[in-house]
Amino acid sequence: MAHTIAEKILMRASGSKKVEPGEIVNARVDVAMSHDNAALVSKVFGEIGVPKVWDPSRIVIPIDHRVPANNIKTAEGHVKIRNFVKKQGIKNFYDVREGVCHQIMPEFGHVVPGDLIVGTDSHTTTYGAFGALSTGIGATEMAAVWATGELWLKVPETFRIMLDGELKEQVFAKDVILQIIGDLTAEGANYKSVEYYGKAVDAMSVGSRMTVTNMSMEMGAKCAIMPPDQKIFEYLKTRTDRKLAAVTADKDAAYEKELKYDVGRIGPKVACPHAVDNVKNVEDVAGTEVHQAVLGSCTNGRIEDFKAGARMLAGKNIHKNVRLIVAPASRQVYLEAIEEGLIQRFVKAGAIVINPGCGPCLGAHEGILAAGENCISSTNRNFQGRMGDTASNIYLASPATVVASAVRGVITDPREGSTW
Amino acid sequence: MVAGKVWKYGKDVNTDVILPGRFLDSYEPEYLASHAMEDLDKTFAKGVKKGDIVVAETNFGCGSSREQAASCLGYCGVQAVVAKSFARLFYRNAINQGIAVIESPECVDALSSGDEVDFDLKAGTIKNLTTGKTLSFRPLPAFVMEILEAGGLVEHLKRKMAK
Ligand code: SF4
Repeated sequence: MAHTIAEKILMRASGSKKVEPGEIVNARVDVAMSHDNAALVSKVFGEIGVPKVWDPSRIVIPIDHRVPANNIKTAEGHVKIRNFVKKQGIKNFYDVREGVCHQIMPEFGHVVPGDLIVGTDSHTTTYGAFGALSTGIGATEMAAVWATGELWLKVPETFRIMLDGELKEQVFAKDVILQIIGDLTAEGANYKSVEYYGKAVDAMSVGSRMTVTNMSMEMGAKCAIMPPDQKIFEYLKTRTDRKLAAVTADKDAAYEKELKYDVGRIGPKVACPHAVDNVKNVEDVAGTEVHQAVLGSCTNGRIEDFKAGARMLAGKNIHKNVRLIVAPASRQVYLEAIEEGLIQRFVKAGAIVINPGCGPCLGAHEGILAAGENCISSTNRNFQGRMGDTASNIYLASPATVVASAVRGVITDPREGSTW
Repeated sequence: MVAGKVWKYGKDVNTDVILPGRFLDSYEPEYLASHAMEDLDKTFAKGVKKGDIVVAETNFGCGSSREQAASCLGYCGVQAVVAKSFARLFYRNAINQGIAVIESPECVDALSSGDEVDFDLKAGTIKNLTTGKTLSFRPLPAFVMEILEAGGLVEHLKRKMAK
């Protein structure tokens, strides 16, 4: 029987000779990631009554959501995590200085093709860019994973999305995934595995691929997988000692749905309030006033995103009515951006550079919106009230569109005019 | 089986409105319960009673993996969420918290806000006392029922580990 990538990974992880979509398997987990909610996971873990975690070397804990702590309750949560990590001998612990979980997981080599990775964060789908089956789970089931190393998973049906053609100037992976989410809707890939193929995927950098797999979650996908190629092996080989081998789909594997895109026909996109699938062409919302702009997050806080954003500055300043918040996805990204002179360019232009981490993405601190304010953001969610007051609005776009808009003070097409 | 009232909402009710991020700094049941649905329906947390059910259109619970979005409803006394479809993380979280999640477009269409209902998980029925109609839904898989009967995944696991 022919199998998709997700099916093959679940077969291996559950020790089954064959699996079928819809079937429930008990799978052994390769890597388990939890961020700030590790405090909750450890509390539930304590209730289960098992003294030691199943395998401390397979647990990764980055603290990234509210860093450094934004209030006393958060600070106490962080202390709980640090104590737990010490007591359990968890070595793969990354304290508040390191950056967003989804960026540092691959950076520190905790992602390998073919792995089954679970994380207590919905955007755990990101690691599919490296050929892993990675998916989000809840804190209680993570406690169960910490105790047993296993969890139940339904074998998903798989969608196959072909991305062919070449991206036009000022159009990015973010625009492509926004187009797909707009077409499929916020629940269009619910419970599904999405496999991406095609020349446009091959041409994408590692970072751009992560943008696509990260945001696939916003159409409900359980996981999003790109078969790994040389670029991925190059990226990982200096970061891990583990053997790197691709898990690929069988030629005649069965797909529930097949979609095809010529990315050359896609232009800059904006996801409008308050749904990620409310996607419009940038031309249709250009001119909308902007009070805050955010460049960062696990979706678009990497060095290529900073470069794309910095290009939009070209001797210009951030509009006086706009706060542009720049948040590197990790300390490594931050250092590289300093070395390349990008941080200096942002600060000179009037941007506010904050520490690596989730920052304003989830509305906890470092850039909360007031009622009536509009924010254009390179992040992945624009739900009502996510970044502050429920009467504020979030528009999602590529780093280029975000910075162009921050310069003009209104939502701006990054292709517009000769100087952009 | 407890009689309760229906709280009905639309589609794509996301985790940010079920429990806004600003309340994620605590795991206290009372605190979470007091802010449930706050950004969608300010009357919910005050008015909801033990045994009530939440009914919604498609894609209920989309968004983040935050388990508090499921647990806050449980802490409010909500015994089941009936929707046309669920986001996968909410679905898993609710089961793990011991809250029944019923996927049934027919039931959703036959229930309105404020209806009095008798919800029976084992029998797979919802009696709408307001309209007098009895609705049925497909029973949940056996292992899900086991988790729900134990009151959630932790209790279920404790029992299993003790064996
Ligand atoms: S940057 Fe935003 S989307 Fe990414 S992990 Fe942090 S809060 Fe979640």
